[in-house]
Amino acid sequence: MGAIAEWVFHLLVFPGVLFSVTLGLVLVWLERKVTALVQWRKGPPLAQPFWDVVKLFGKETILPADSVPRAFLAMPLVAFAGAGVAASLVWLPLLGLAERPVGDLIVVLYLLAMPSLALILGASASGNPLAAIGASRDVKLLLGYELPFVAALLVAAFQVRDVDGAQVSAGTLSLEGILAFQQQVGSVLARPSGLLAFLAAIICVQAKLGRVPFDVAEAETEIGEGALLEYGGVGLGLFKLAHALQLATLPALLVLVFWGGLTATVWGVLAFAGKVLAIVVVVVLVENTNPRVRIDQALRFFWGPVALVALVALLAARLGY
Amino acid sequence: MSTSTTEPRAAGADDRSVVQIGPFHPLLEEPVGFELTVEGERVVAVDARMDYIHKGIERLAQQRTYDMIPILLERICGICSVTHSVCFCNAVEDLLGVEPPPRARYIRTIIGELERVHSHLLWVGLAGHFIGYNTVFMWAWKYREPVCDVFEMLTGHRQNSAIPLVGGVRRDLRVEYLPEARRVLDELDGQVRMLTEAVLDDPVLAARLRGVGVLTPQQVVDYGVVGPTARASGVATDVRRDDPYAAYGELDWQVITAPEGDVFAKAVVRLLELAESIKILRQAFDRLPGGDLSLGIRHVPAGEGIGRYEAPRGEDVHYVRSNGTNMPERLKVRAPSFTNIASFQASCIGASIADVTITLAACDPCYSCTERTIVVRDAAGGEARAVGDLIARSQRETRRIAAELGRPADLVLPAGGAR
Repeated sequence: MGAIAEWVFHLLVFPGVLFSVTLGLVLVWLERKVTALVQWRKGPPLAQPFWDVVKLFGKETILPADSVPRAFLAMPLVAFAGAGVAASLVWLPLLGLAERPVGDLIVVLYLLAMPSLALILGASASGNPLAAIGASRDVKLLLGYELPFVAALLVAAFQVRDVDGAQVSAGTLSLEGILAFQQQVGSVLARPSGLLAFLAAIICVQAKLGRVPFDVAEAETEIGEGALLEYGGVGLGLFKLAHALQLATLPALLVLVFWGGLTATVWGVLAFAGKVLAIVVVVVLVENTNPRVRIDQALRFFWGPVALVALVALLAARLGY
Repeated sequence: MSTSTTEPRAAGADDRSVVQIGPFHPLLEEPVGFELTVEGERVVAVDARMDYIHKGIERLAQQRTYDMIPILLERICGICSVTHSVCFCNAVEDLLGVEPPPRARYIRTIIGELERVHSHLLWVGLAGHFIGYNTVFMWAWKYREPVCDVFEMLTGHRQNSAIPLVGGVRRDLRVEYLPEARRVLDELDGQVRMLTEAVLDDPVLAARLRGVGVLTPQQVVDYGVVGPTARASGVATDVRRDDPYAAYGELDWQVITAPEGDVFAKAVVRLLELAESIKILRQAFDRLPGGDLSLGIRHVPAGEGIGRYEAPRGEDVHYVRSNGTNMPERLKVRAPSFTNIASFQASCIGASIADVTITLAACDPCYSCTERTIVVRDAAGGEARAVGDLIARSQRETRRIAAELGRPADLVLPAGGAR
């Protein structure tokens, strides 16, 4: 198999789009099932999220009269593509499939912001005032959580450890490097700075996934799905798939960066799966035990306590805690 | 949703746009139109349009006998079925100058309080849903379900009992189910306590709802706000205590108030009222007297009467005028939401969209009960008479009648005419 064919396979089939979408939709099902159990409902069957997407893809695409058609139609694809590439760049180092290092924290961070940016542009192009409000809220939210999220992830790169009297640090933004560092000295999470950063990062993931209490951009009962308001059919389906991809990627990224990644043994795989599921379940439980906050409250929360915790963690990591 | 539009506004307000909440919107259980004029996310003006689901029930009632009307009036509201039927009975009994027998009064109290309990639980759930807290939504509605079941056990139907009757009640409660009803109340007591504590202790809920949609006591008086919405601003108004009907005068219970006037206080007042309603129900079950169910009213003489009733949403008023026939000449219904909805002018201006939506829901508005008109088109198919025209017309009428009676019309017209 040629190198290009191999890359295409990694990107589109495994561990990229096809695998990650499947995993993401299974996690969407898990989310809906856990939510249902918390709320004394029965919840959907496993196939439901898949059928939802299939149904959306069979529906008509409606172009709002006031929209900018090209941007409006292109943005779902951009969101999906960004999330898909991000997924393969996180999973490849985790699974150790690539021959040379591919995972770079900066690139992954940019790609993970793509779905939100695409949604903001798509909503702005739709010409709907409620979608515009949703987009403006999403911009503010993005500005809010990106700083603490980046700071928290950098903790893994800069954490200083004492190994046989020598001070070592991952000292790299490569995901493979961070993984190798953790295999050498144990997971980042085990130190106070790592734990703090992990907590800050999981709160940011809650907002990145657009879940309650940070679902302000969609806020059904305020602005009627907000940014997604004018989307239907294939466009909406692609955004849903992009969200599913993020649900498969972000917990895996957290496990990779903070929690030791994946080792190629039966127990290693089970432990990894357990960690990913645990993060998803925590996100779902937070979602179900909180009301939606106002956008100004969310912003104050991320720039205040969360950013503080992340920066303190970064400082502590540098000082060897 | 295709109901949202940007409309050009008056010159000098270029940065304003109009956000339409309704007539169909996830926030609303019924069709109603709220137009929020916004600058960014800040709401600078609110307008409500209510002429989507006028059912003409007053007119229908004027074509039915006094015996049939309570059953019709149960259909005014999807929740307040006991409210409107008993309120009508109160009005006719006021006209007659009679009081129903003790057992009938206790039965009215029991079904009325069961209705308040399921109505308040319904609101708590909806309020949770409106602020994205769907777990509260599902839990509150799960707790509500057994209450509706008890209502069905005792009366035969979850909502519409068909029990109130002028001069008493039509049927007895199915007393064999009282032990089961007591058991459900005991369970509910614990659940309501848990729910109340959970709400009171939740820091995120407090951050989200405290200081939002505040009504001052003065605004409550100015706008004539009633019910839990008024009591949450520290105004202790409750028809059950101020002008007791049914058996409320003989039972031991408290009027719940809270001083803050915000949405959080409105939630707390309703949750604490649930506990009071359970207290009232237990006493009514214990003291349910024997005796007649009805006075057996056969004739309603000419005259007029006014009935008041403390609905879950506040004071309900019915006015009845009889001309001595078996049908009322005029029935006028003023549901509590009619006055509460106007208070949005005071509680919503200047807030953000996120706060306005929960404030709109906080007085538990009920639109089908409040509807008094539809947009009328004259028979020739000509010009439509919009709500504003009709209001202007009724203001002219009020002033004409006031002049005829030689009384000053206490009517303040807003600058620029109606609306």
